[in-house]
Amino acid sequence: MNLNILFHFGRYLTLMKTAFSRPEKFSMYWKETMRQMNDIGIGSLVIVGLIAIFIGAVTAVQFSDQLSGGLIPRYYIGYIVRDITIIELAPTITCLVLAGKVGSNMASELGGMRQKEHIDAMELMGVNTAAYLILPKLIAAVVIIPLLVSLAAIISIVGGYIAAVPFGQLTDPEYVRGVRSFFVANYVFMMYVKAMVFAFILTSVSCYQGYYVTGGSIELGEASTQAVVYSDILILVADLVVAVLLTG
Amino acid sequence: MIRAENIYKSFGETKVLKGITTTFEQGKTNVIIGKSGAGKTVLLKLLVGLFKPTSGNIWYNDTNFNNLNKKELRALRMEVGMLFQGNALFDSLTVEQNVKFPLDMFTKLTKKEKLERVNYCLERVTLAGSNNKYPSEISGGMQKRVGIARSIVLKPKYLFCDEPNSGLDPKTSIIIDKLIKDITVENNITTVINTHDMNSVMEIGDTIVLLNLGLVAWQGTKEEVLESTNETLQDFIFASPFLQKLRKSAISS
Repeated sequence: MNLNILFHFGRYLTLMKTAFSRPEKFSMYWKETMRQMNDIGIGSLVIVGLIAIFIGAVTAVQFSDQLSGGLIPRYYIGYIVRDITIIELAPTITCLVLAGKVGSNMASELGGMRQKEHIDAMELMGVNTAAYLILPKLIAAVVIIPLLVSLAAIISIVGGYIAAVPFGQLTDPEYVRGVRSFFVANYVFMMYVKAMVFAFILTSVSCYQGYYVTGGSIELGEASTQAVVYSDILILVADLVVAVLLTG
Repeated sequence: MIRAENIYKSFGETKVLKGITTTFEQGKTNVIIGKSGAGKTVLLKLLVGLFKPTSGNIWYNDTNFNNLNKKELRALRMEVGMLFQGNALFDSLTVEQNVKFPLDMFTKLTKKEKLERVNYCLERVTLAGSNNKYPSEISGGMQKRVGIARSIVLKPKYLFCDEPNSGLDPKTSIIIDKLIKDITVENNITTVINTHDMNSVMEIGDTIVLLNLGLVAWQGTKEEVLESTNETLQDFIFASPFLQKLRKSAISS
């Protein structure tokens, strides 16, 4: 079991080293990176937006109920929604969801290419397949996912407003005051660090799972599932590590 | 010319190739035949470097394939074209983009020059005008021809074909065979075909290597096939009861 983990870890590092090789032709890699940015970014907008609006809404409703005693000022709800979204919910939940959507898609795409001999065909042409197929995905994810997370944070705060203000749990000035109070710029930095780390994890782990698929459709399904499971576990571990490192 | 020298290949405990020595000649269609599981595909993948031999050497003219570093290997691979059993066409690309892919990746040709080369290759495989179709929109035979067009677009010196006739009707198989043969002769390239289609072997096979249980059971020319008394070869060719009957009646008459 331990040896198996070491084997996979070693093979993952080797794959990443090969993926970060000099491109054969920059223009081809650029084209592929743009395609990936479109797939990851535009393709995930709806799901990210939907999840973000509910995260904000639920956070606002729950906290307005818990802080209803009068001891804590009402406008704190806006402040709590903003910070909890920026620090934790926007990067972590968004990336966990993207691991399911984008990660499994990447694993299936690469696994399918392996099984249909597309990767062999490219290797035979002299293409560095690890670089051509993985590097554009990594670059696209590390650039686009932080933007998606930013959007999720904004939508989430708006979601909190929609759930709390029209239903009378707090007033518009209270919510806005809360959102504008006690702002710590470092939390935004932390959000971007988390988003980039999680993006790298979910992309590289999913690509690793897909790139080495053997066998048939059952193995492809397993690889896709493992891509999501391992990405999610590693994102949660990385979440703790980044939190410890950046708040210590 | 490609030479395989005493090639052994094992996967774990399973020994697939047990000392293959043979030569594939330039300007000829060299055919590897054998039953399923005889090691044909493994030998082909070893020849193109998708697998590494457990022991033995593969020579491309005077170059030992096994001793090449990554850069040299990539350079040599530019001289290799391969037609895969399942075609390996990229689903998200059109016919034109599929054929153009190696040109985009490795050449500095202008757009016009690339298009001219792609159109020439597509015309050569009688697919002119199919540029904008996707692989899913064309037949199996057409997909094979796109695969051939892509494999010759960089003007390779070596062409490998893995089961080029699998899944094709007899008429289309003949067209594909003829195409491969013509391309081989026109460009004086070394072509290696892996097949178990005896029609194809007798149609275009200049030299024939029969693999059995990981060993070379017989090798020779197609003229020598029918005269050979090699039992493994005869068993392979006359595998069906109908052909066995035919053979017996031919011998008795």
